[in-house]
Amino acid sequence: MIKALKKSHSKGFILVVFILLFIVSFFYSVGNGAVKINLIDIIKIILKRSDSTDYQIIWNLRLPRTIVAALVGICLSLSGVILQGVMRNPLAGPNIIGVSSGGGFLGLVILILFPRHYYLLPVGAFIGALLAALLVYALAWKDGAFPTRLILAGVAVSSLFSAGSNVIMTFFPARVSGVINFMVGGLSAITWKDVGIILPYAISGVVLTVFLPNKLNILMLGDEIATGLGISVERTRFIFIIIASFLAGAAVSVVGLLSFVGLMVPHISRLFVGSDHRYLFPSTIFLGGTVVMTCDTLARILFIPMEIPVGIIMAALGAPFFLYLLRQKERYQ
Amino acid sequence: MIAIETTDLNVAYGSRVALQDVSIKIKEGEIVTIIGPNGSGKSTLVKAISRCLKFKSGNIEIYNKDIYSIPTKVLARNIAVLPQVKNILADITVENLVSYGRYPHLGLGKRLNKKDKKVINRAMEQTGLFEFRDRYVTTLSGGERQRAWIAMALAQEPKILIMDEPTTYLDISYQLEVLELIKELNESLGLTVIMVLHDLNQAARYSDNIYVLKDGRVCDYGTSEYIMQSKLFKDVFKIYAHIYEDKENNCPYFIPYNIVQRR
Repeated sequence: MIKALKKSHSKGFILVVFILLFIVSFFYSVGNGAVKINLIDIIKIILKRSDSTDYQIIWNLRLPRTIVAALVGICLSLSGVILQGVMRNPLAGPNIIGVSSGGGFLGLVILILFPRHYYLLPVGAFIGALLAALLVYALAWKDGAFPTRLILAGVAVSSLFSAGSNVIMTFFPARVSGVINFMVGGLSAITWKDVGIILPYAISGVVLTVFLPNKLNILMLGDEIATGLGISVERTRFIFIIIASFLAGAAVSVVGLLSFVGLMVPHISRLFVGSDHRYLFPSTIFLGGTVVMTCDTLARILFIPMEIPVGIIMAALGAPFFLYLLRQKERYQ
Repeated sequence: MIAIETTDLNVAYGSRVALQDVSIKIKEGEIVTIIGPNGSGKSTLVKAISRCLKFKSGNIEIYNKDIYSIPTKVLARNIAVLPQVKNILADITVENLVSYGRYPHLGLGKRLNKKDKKVINRAMEQTGLFEFRDRYVTTLSGGERQRAWIAMALAQEPKILIMDEPTTYLDISYQLEVLELIKELNESLGLTVIMVLHDLNQAARYSDNIYVLKDGRVCDYGTSEYIMQSKLFKDVFKIYAHIYEDKENNCPYFIPYNIVQRR
């Protein structure tokens, strides 16, 4: 069935479905939680200010949280689809270039060693993510940064930072409980400020992808073919990796280590619309937002009044999905 | 008119010298084949010319201009490159692939216009792939697949086509099919062709001129009749060969009868 859907008009149809899913999951997420609010009331509240509790819930809690969920999903998924493209490797994702472990390490340093400066967390995690990505790139460089070397350097740098994180947690076991939300990725304390942090990156990422799908398509054909078609391979690869690092770094700085979505969503999109980035980019954007919004809603409503971090839901759903992917032998041999 | 000229080109992989003072000249409209034993530097030379490889010293000029002085996109409108290693994803159609050949002619984020589509269709017709345009490239036979890559190269509307072993992994009939196509394109479009071939008989049959590389140096250059002599087979390829005349195709061919004992 999936094969039959890959013609271009049906790709457009799938894209429309993804957009609809995005909108539905947005309103579903805003309307559901400890207090249920129906669609008509949501729209009324968004349009008109009032003093009701529902207004407070929607405007101060649900809306920023849902918007951040969507943006985080967009950033991480775009980052993943870009990295899988430049590295020509289906296992690439924001975690493979060290973004997650780098951001996680510096985040932990702030949360555990300097808990009084917790407000530095977004900046620190962002810087950590970018530094790790640059380190990976620098280590992989020798007459050019080739995908295999990038991935190996990424794995090495990631385990180095993870080790650092573990050292910190070993030495300060009493403080660990406070950082679990950050470690597994959670959206429980999101405010409009967080929207402000991640929005510029999400918008720039989306805008850039309008211009870059062809470049990435051609890069997939191999370095030499891409050079022959007039692409400066090294420069392009570097730019793509920087864009991906910024996107993932921004997401990590707001919600913590949620990078699995960046590995998963591009693969789901690819199964539906194929590998052409002109379709893959937009479908990844909408699907990424949908997945994180939906998982976060589930995280909120599954065990009311307990709330579990969205990262756990994501992993619980993502891992079985990944095993399913592995069984799709014809595509992943 | 000289299409490509290299002067004293030196390339090294770490401490291993791959090319040493290689100077070649390729005239516009020629088919030039580079031959030589394994490790002689054939692929290195075409990679350097297609700017996939940085060289240590020397100079490469395309129509009398240093290749590194020309923006890579402008260069791609003049030279098309088909390397040995090519990736193809499972769901790229022939038309898709061929349309990538228009990339160097497009502005940032621009879409294909009418003229681009015309060029793409023509490239598919010239390579006999027009009926296959909606097929996935991975479902084509080896020969058709190579033709699809050539069609992509043609969509670049290049003056020069560089190919590294265009016939490798193909059955003999597909090998000839590809080489016939190259020859036809050379004659009809005036395309300058540089290629690396392993099969010396094919090199002799399809080339206007042949460069022989050995240990990273140019050791001989000339027409098929001049190159295909027992000296070449004995000194460069380490075989003894009988050389005959192919009257049908008007070129020399050889049959090896023994190996020169290596010490």
